[in-house]
Amino acid sequence: MVEEIGRTADGDIIINVGPQHPATHGVLHLVITINGETIKKVEPHLGYIHRSIEKMCESLTYRQFIYVTSRMDYLSSHINNHACALCVEKALQIEVSSRAQVVRILLDELTRIASHELWWGAMAMDLGAFTPFFHAFRERETINDIMEETCGARLTMNYIVPGGIMQDIHPNFQKRIKDFIKLYKSKISEYDELVTGNIIFQNRMKGVGYLSAEDAISFGVTGPAARGSNISCDVRKIYPYEIYDQLEFVEVLETGCDSFARYMVRIREMNQSIRIIEQLVDNIPEGDFQTKTKAVLKLPKGEFYQRVETARGEFGVYIVSEGGTTPYRIKFRSPGFSNLSALDHMARGSKLGDLVAIMGTLDLVIPDIDR
Amino acid sequence: MTNEALKAIITELLPAATFEESGQWLTIYVAPSDWHLLAKKLRTEAALLFDFLTCLTCIDWKTHLTMVYHLDSTKFRHNIVVKSKLGADNPAIETVSDIWQTANFHEREVYEMFGVNFINHPDLRLLILPDGWEGKKPMLKDFEDPINMIRL
Repeated sequence: MVEEIGRTADGDIIINVGPQHPATHGVLHLVITINGETIKKVEPHLGYIHRSIEKMCESLTYRQFIYVTSRMDYLSSHINNHACALCVEKALQIEVSSRAQVVRILLDELTRIASHELWWGAMAMDLGAFTPFFHAFRERETINDIMEETCGARLTMNYIVPGGIMQDIHPNFQKRIKDFIKLYKSKISEYDELVTGNIIFQNRMKGVGYLSAEDAISFGVTGPAARGSNISCDVRKIYPYEIYDQLEFVEVLETGCDSFARYMVRIREMNQSIRIIEQLVDNIPEGDFQTKTKAVLKLPKGEFYQRVETARGEFGVYIVSEGGTTPYRIKFRSPGFSNLSALDHMARGSKLGDLVAIMGTLDLVIPDIDR
Repeated sequence: MTNEALKAIITELLPAATFEESGQWLTIYVAPSDWHLLAKKLRTEAALLFDFLTCLTCIDWKTHLTMVYHLDSTKFRHNIVVKSKLGADNPAIETVSDIWQTANFHEREVYEMFGVNFINHPDLRLLILPDGWEGKKPMLKDFEDPINMIRL
């Protein structure tokens, strides 16, 4: 039950943040106990956008269920689709052509940059700076245009399907990506000048939201949030899928364990994504974009688990199949859900004003948490 | 570490455990009463160090429920799956939220969706479902809702 809003017996104040608060980036409801300005407890109440996606998937076929996964972490929809496609391909032992693999990785990395850019703009806006949002969206729109042209959608692409990609890339695909890289490189220094180097910004981020490495692992925190605590957890490196093991990029790690470290991880990670894209954009192999598969996919009896690295961390798909055309049970291990569970631990003892700086660097996407 | 080596160590920790190797990772079946003790050993045993609970979920098999725990070691990078069979009436198992803190939220989700009672859980309340939710658990196979039934 939601605790009554007001005063507790020992004089602490209980307040609501959300579910319609702009800094919660969606419908997240936090019930916070404060003593003066100091946070004593943060209690998330979820479910405002719970659509029961796992239950829905039980009555969808293996071609259909991918479409609802775009609606979970809508900023990493390509990567969610990718995880599901990989899981089905693993179960059916489908070989994916190298052309499809390369295009998939290109799209994944573009998605990661787009997601981090939105996060960067929103993060700065949470802290009171409105301008960065426009700077971030200037570059992000270019990525969305690439997606629109090739995938036919700007947000929920549903472009990656079991066996490859839905249709071949648009003739402009490579040129547009190269244009984007040029644009990105000419603008990225603005990000540092505008926000990273800003002393007010740094004062608000440094030493805030401390998360030790042990706690991060125990809470199941993954992605940039964990790498800010110097934990090597990039699925692309530790359990490589597709051709990530043949690409040159480094796993970005920071040792600060605070909000600023998590901020820096994401900023540096965008450059690594650009590096991956540069390696692949001129080397898209010729060939089929989709392996021929049966119209109706039937998974063998058994259990299949596939993990990928989304912009927010480790996303896992767990399919339990009874041999039919629909899954018996599907579990989505969403990164946001585990990352959010660490929020109470990180925020305790900080000032109320720091809460947005902590929450911002966890990069929460609420549909991803509620599913 | 190979499955054989993992099996040898885990058999030593819990002789009653049974194994299955057909899946992606080594699967261990434990009785609900043995789980908490084994979990603690899996977490602390120097050769295993399963410190990362990747995924915690439950499956409704109509006649019984199965708890599924995916474990990963951030040091050794080996994975195992632990399963525990629970009866359909009053399913209960001990919490592991004292060993892996991420289990706190995941167990609350399983509690409201499947009705599994986690013994000794510090804060077993509804997490996703609205306050005052009563009746059948939505993720069970025989769940029926007269108003908002999801049927596709």
